[in-house]
Amino acid sequence: MFYREAGDFNTSYPEDSQTFPIKFDRWRYYAVLFVAIFVIPFLINDYWVNSIFLPFLIYSIAAIGLNILVGYCGQVSLGTGGFMAVGAYACYKLMTSFPDLSMVVHVLLAGGITAGVGVLFGLPSLRIKGFYLAVATLAAQFFLVWLFNRVPWFYNYSASGQISAPERTFLGVNITGSNTDAWATYLFCLFFVILSAYIARNLTRGSVGRKWMAIRDMDIAAEIIGVNPLRAKLTAFAVSSFFVGISGALFFSVYLGAVEVGEAFGITKSFLVLFMIIIGGLGSIFGSFAGAAFLVLLPVALKIIGVDWLGWPTDIVAHLQLVVVGALIIIFLIAEPHGLAQLWRVAKEKLRLWPFPH
Amino acid sequence: MRVTDMTTEYTTADGRRIGGTVMEMKNITLRFGGVEAIKNISFDIREGEIRAIIGPNGAGKSSMLNVISGFYVPQDGEVWYKGAPRPPMKPFEVAQQGIARTFQNIALFEGMSVLDNVMTGRLTHMKTGLFAQSIWKGKAEQEETENREVAERIIDFLEIQAIRKTPVARLPYGLKKRVELARALAAEPTILLLDEPMAGMNVEEKEDMSRFILDVNDEFGTTIALIEHDMGVVMDLSDRVVVMDYGKKIGDGTPDEVRNNQDVIDAYLGVSHD
Ligand SMILES: Nc1ncnc2c1ncn2[C@@H]1O[C@H](COP(=O)(O)OP(=O)(O)O)[C@@H](O)[C@H]1O
Ligand SMILES: [Mg+2]
Repeated sequence: MFYREAGDFNTSYPEDSQTFPIKFDRWRYYAVLFVAIFVIPFLINDYWVNSIFLPFLIYSIAAIGLNILVGYCGQVSLGTGGFMAVGAYACYKLMTSFPDLSMVVHVLLAGGITAGVGVLFGLPSLRIKGFYLAVATLAAQFFLVWLFNRVPWFYNYSASGQISAPERTFLGVNITGSNTDAWATYLFCLFFVILSAYIARNLTRGSVGRKWMAIRDMDIAAEIIGVNPLRAKLTAFAVSSFFVGISGALFFSVYLGAVEVGEAFGITKSFLVLFMIIIGGLGSIFGSFAGAAFLVLLPVALKIIGVDWLGWPTDIVAHLQLVVVGALIIIFLIAEPHGLAQLWRVAKEKLRLWPFPH
Repeated sequence: MRVTDMTTEYTTADGRRIGGTVMEMKNITLRFGGVEAIKNISFDIREGEIRAIIGPNGAGKSSMLNVISGFYVPQDGEVWYKGAPRPPMKPFEVAQQGIARTFQNIALFEGMSVLDNVMTGRLTHMKTGLFAQSIWKGKAEQEETENREVAERIIDFLEIQAIRKTPVARLPYGLKKRVELARALAAEPTILLLDEPMAGMNVEEKEDMSRFILDVNDEFGTTIALIEHDMGVVMDLSDRVVVMDYGKKIGDGTPDEVRNNQDVIDAYLGVSHD
């Protein structure tokens, strides 16, 4: 592999602070984008989209959101499932109340509403920290699920208590409902993934990102350089919840189609997304993708290897999956808190110097 | 002649201009439960000067700095800044008014590089909103570049170019102290507060730090209030000195005046006994 930065000089500050300062990285990034937009849509079928691509894309958005709060701003949250539910129910209410508005608007508005709810539940973060904040967000998780279960207005008084997405089109193509094409739902979600990653990257490299990281690293020192702790934390809650809300809206409307809140957005969802950013890498956008990919692919891979090749019983494989994830969480927390993203950086560093390591 | 009696602007022997009073502490009293950490202390800080606060351990020096930067609210007394009494303020509001500081125990952002740490010092100057930052191209990028230029100038000035991209956690103690100074300087403060900038340093590092403090004051005209434990260092560095002991002010004047003050001599001799 020819991974080189020689002859590749950044001569201005904007060039030096761009996302991929090394030309090779930049090209690989464009290549990935090209394949994602122009190649994959022609190759995928329903199986690939439903078992891998949609969950990967949607969880990536949630992971980016949670990573902003936990990885960049240092505020632990166990309420991700609850906030995804807010996005889902906001999207449902918007879709049924304003059927003529574009789905893109619905999803973005759902993100906005979730941002507002996130700010509300973020208010205690000024006073409580660490473990206690985690417990408070856990309470938010249970409260939100309870709320969507108990108040019939949220599910339009449907007999089942579920919400289901009506059929909606975007540019004349079905993206929700039962008659969707794999490529269409994929591209619709991909659009939001690219948007989220772009915004998250820009926010984390500029002044607001530094405020978040300052709060994360040492809140007293952050105050002494003029960071208003409450403002910084609340913007982190808002931006984080915005992304989590978008992912919840997509998860419900495009991916599942119909949702029972406790099942789809329960506490296990909160842990799943948290595990994604721990394994992928706290404080890294790339890590959010890596973690989402890993935890989406793991059950699929285990099923293929365990059930299809080795012929093990399904429940054993399901348990094995829990064991593997648990072990990995412990390993990453102890040995590499910066996750897969850091392993990738180290590998690149080695490659950059290869074959002359000194 | 007593320089401190001068109420108008004057020029020091080495040619620096000292202006009028920029900050004044008026009858500050600070208590922690039964402990009186600061007892009815008044002193002023003049524009462009290097003002030292000295005294034995536990004298209340750090507490005084914490009153100035808004961490502690005194039970009695007022802080006057730029000619007006200052209402009670949070530390971040004090910072936004142009008062930067370093801590006795280093308070850097360990998860960030040296450059990012220095860039955080620019935050009070960066006003672009969330939306413009999301888009980045245009306003946010331009603001980033302008502030990056200031940060890089400070980095050059303090001779830490070589470690710009190093994570702060990997630096030795002496360099961390310098990075913390860089972060405070990056704010281009009106007043710079330094809490024991030379504590725990070897002789060579102390000399470097003294030189930087003098250069900062000389080059940028920054008003500096610094705490030092060590009489010797202070005498070379400062224009005027406040001496504290057990929360009381026992001396205030030029280094020469303070050196010959009987109370000060007693306090320092007293300390060396125990
Ligand atoms: N947060 C606090 N709570 C209680 N006592 C304090 C606090 N901060 C300082 N003190 C007390 O105030 C006195 C002065 O401390 P300090 O200002 O740190 O002294 P110095 O910096 O001169 O060594 C000491 O007796 C110290 O124990
Ligand atoms: Mg002290």
